[in-house]
Amino acid sequence: METALISPANATVFGIPTVIFSVLIPVVGVALFTYIMAKRVAPLVLANPDYRFDRIPQRLWAVLKLWLGQLKQPRYRVGGVLHIMLFAGFIILSIRSLSLVFLGVSEDFVVPGFGGGFGRFYNVIKDYAVTMVFVAAVIAAVRRGFFKPDRYKVPSHYGKDHTPEAIFILGLICALLITESLYEASAMSANQQLGLHAEMIAPLSLAWFFKITLANVSIETLQGIHLVAYYLHDLIFFSFLCILPLGKHFHVITSLFNVYFLKLNKGGVKPVKWGVSEEKLLDLESFGAKNFEDFTWKHILDFYSCADCGRCSDQCPANAVGRPLSPRFISIKARDYCYDHYPLRGGFRKGEPLIGSIYSEDEIWSCTTCGACEEECPLMIEYIDKMVDLRRGMVDDGNVPQSVQKPLQAMEKRGNPYGKMEKKRADWAKDKEFKAECTVKVLEKGGTAETLYFVDSVTSYDDNIQKLGRAAARVLTAAGADFGILGKGEKDSGHEVRRFGEEMLFQELRDHNTEMIAESGAKKIVTADPHAYNAFKKDYNGLPPVEHISQVIAQALDSDKIRLKSIENPDAVYTYHDPCYLGRHNGLYDIPRDVLDQIPGIKRVEMDKCRDRSFCCGGGGLYLFYEPIEDKRMGQLRVRMAKEAGADVIVTACPFCMVNIEDAIKTSGLEGEMTVVDLVELVDQHLIAA
Amino acid sequence: MEILVCVKRVPDASENEIEVNSKGTDIDRDDLVYSVNEWDNYAVEEAIQIRDKVGGTVTVITVGDEEAEEVLRREMAMGADKGILISDEAFEGTDGRGIAAILKTEIEKGNYDLILTGAQADDGAGQVGGMLAAMLDVPYASLVNHLEIIDDKKIKAGREIAGGNQEMNEIELPCVLSIQTGINEPRYVGIRGIRKVASLDIPVRTAGDLGLDASAVAPKVNRVDYFVPEPGEGAEMLEGSTEEIIEKLVEILKAKGGIK
Repeated sequence: METALISPANATVFGIPTVIFSVLIPVVGVALFTYIMAKRVAPLVLANPDYRFDRIPQRLWAVLKLWLGQLKQPRYRVGGVLHIMLFAGFIILSIRSLSLVFLGVSEDFVVPGFGGGFGRFYNVIKDYAVTMVFVAAVIAAVRRGFFKPDRYKVPSHYGKDHTPEAIFILGLICALLITESLYEASAMSANQQLGLHAEMIAPLSLAWFFKITLANVSIETLQGIHLVAYYLHDLIFFSFLCILPLGKHFHVITSLFNVYFLKLNKGGVKPVKWGVSEEKLLDLESFGAKNFEDFTWKHILDFYSCADCGRCSDQCPANAVGRPLSPRFISIKARDYCYDHYPLRGGFRKGEPLIGSIYSEDEIWSCTTCGACEEECPLMIEYIDKMVDLRRGMVDDGNVPQSVQKPLQAMEKRGNPYGKMEKKRADWAKDKEFKAECTVKVLEKGGTAETLYFVDSVTSYDDNIQKLGRAAARVLTAAGADFGILGKGEKDSGHEVRRFGEEMLFQELRDHNTEMIAESGAKKIVTADPHAYNAFKKDYNGLPPVEHISQVIAQALDSDKIRLKSIENPDAVYTYHDPCYLGRHNGLYDIPRDVLDQIPGIKRVEMDKCRDRSFCCGGGGLYLFYEPIEDKRMGQLRVRMAKEAGADVIVTACPFCMVNIEDAIKTSGLEGEMTVVDLVELVDQHLIAA
Repeated sequence: MEILVCVKRVPDASENEIEVNSKGTDIDRDDLVYSVNEWDNYAVEEAIQIRDKVGGTVTVITVGDEEAEEVLRREMAMGADKGILISDEAFEGTDGRGIAAILKTEIEKGNYDLILTGAQADDGAGQVGGMLAAMLDVPYASLVNHLEIIDDKKIKAGREIAGGNQEMNEIELPCVLSIQTGINEPRYVGIRGIRKVASLDIPVRTAGDLGLDASAVAPKVNRVDYFVPEPGEGAEMLEGSTEEIIEKLVEILKAKGGIK
């Protein structure tokens, strides 16, 4: 086709054919990019193994939903929509960018399949894509530069502000779009001036504006603009490619892989070392992540992938109460460490242990493993497994907070963190009044029952929580369940023991409970403790099916085995607080709510932070003993949220939430104004006697 | 520096409900769980830290029955290099002086620069350290909460004095120190650590090995009774659930003008 301007493939400047640059820039760019990527891949190769090659259909589905579909982005409306615009634009423009590189060599180049009508259609779409990305990038830059949303702030102890980097990259993106549009517009304007065939440029697109602007510019100048725009674009494009792996925009390259290799067993904990069986654990020289290379390759890929968006830290309850933990900087600090010790130029440097150099002990103990950060991350970066691995390393070095040492030792000796006697584990069921109306079988010496009610330590021993055990027993009785408890044969589920990094102690507890449960002959397990529930589902093997008490209640209501009377306190406003290990880690959001709503006359409101954005109460198990550095308690913030929602009764479904929220009500001076009740207690109070 | 730490296996009050047995001769030991005496953990931690700084070895020693080996293993899992278990039926029922005499015999066979004990034991009288020093005829400092090694001849030991005052002493080696809690933060001993030292050999010394017979360590102090004191005048034990106890306590405090 005849064109007014000479294309970069055929032009000469000062007698030099420009095609030389068309070849040279991509060749140098790709070579440099390959070199940088090789350097970046090196730490992944040196890192610990990680098994992420299974369940391919699930992984592809995740890529479709979370990467291509950007499903998590709209959770933050403005930033999310801007990102979707940028992402969609990048996907569309990747074809155009590729074809531009080849157009520099051959002016008739067409990407296979992009000729004819589809090619013309694509050209229109890409003109709008350019414009959309341009608008999004300008808004993003203004937002970062002037409006400065809080979550992008870098507290001074974490280093320098990241705004210049963000704006620089946005600037590069805009430059790419402008040069692409100028290259296109100059050609079309020249063609039009000479009355040659001019492809339609999508109205109101960036190129369209440029074309109008260039309508009266001389052909010679247009030729200059055409070539300069092309080579600037080429140069910026390959520079951009090589700059990506240097900072937070590495995610443009790694995100696809990071999402594909996501963690699929939510709520579970990775083994101490992939490929090392439990029997071989004693032979390992060291446990957990003590040095950077002890992380798995996926964990390092996580560090590379962090886009610094700050959503994790914005949702992190530890960060919200002023604990020295911000998940975002767990990633950023590790990435900085990595780039420092595995530089692009020169050899790799031997590093220092992670604790004491980039992380502090309190920082790592501050995490309650609530999972709010992981739920939010659009890139599926995981934190809990890293925390557990870092703690495993500290436990291996004997580096455990004094406040937690006693409970851990008591767990070892007595099977509960309080150091109470084993034979008193079933004492909660011996209360005289309770015994008169409800008998709880203790499954020892050959006694059997169809259902095993696993009580766990807090409900067995805590004076204020034992009532939940009694309520659960009454509800199970009313539902006609043939159930029993293990009594002194039961030990702590070890859920928090494992998450505190004391893997071997956890395994002892697990093996003991597994054996006792098998001996009891029970066909299914019920627990009212989401932590035990999660442990049985994710950390134990070979158990009978496990249910949370809320599921049992829902079934009993469905089959009319139990019925509920009208709400005792019709003036009260109830709100349901999702326990982390029931909601986020196990997806049980609706069942407890459905149960609540079946109490006739109940008034229920939702807090702003509910369901998968629920706010941790402060943590269960060993977290009740840990003494964190913090400005206020998580539970206090949670109680305030309930109050703001207009509720005066907080309903939860976890004994630890009960402990923490009860404390928080007292320490917030809201006694008498607010109360907390467990779902099973509330159902028990509203049972209609058969 | 050769450091010896004397440790003891005791029923930990925080993990047991201590009750006097029906005969009133001892506590009821049926359902007890045992641990390392808390003070001894601080002494071992201090010894390990000194060794890591100046070199040498840390040996832990205990007098007890064969089950006492468990506490030696725990301290070795913590980082002690060697363990010695002194165990013989002939030593049963001995008193603090007897224990000190037994330890002295074993210690004289070694070449220890520094001997540490816990300031006291959960079930003890805080007397072995002092007697041991006297029997060995070496200097002694009790309730040490700060320790600095000056050289292989001298150390500086700090003691907390009533009223929160601190005293510093220079002591010549060898010496015996009884260690107070708070001198450091003892490291955690995990199950893996204990399993890793499970197969290490711990020599057992009997009365014969030490050249002692039962008469040499026969108790000169004999326990004649063991009981929970009757509440005296003005003393009252509140009973009931935690809530009830708190309520009663608040009532009493209000009645007596303690709170308004």
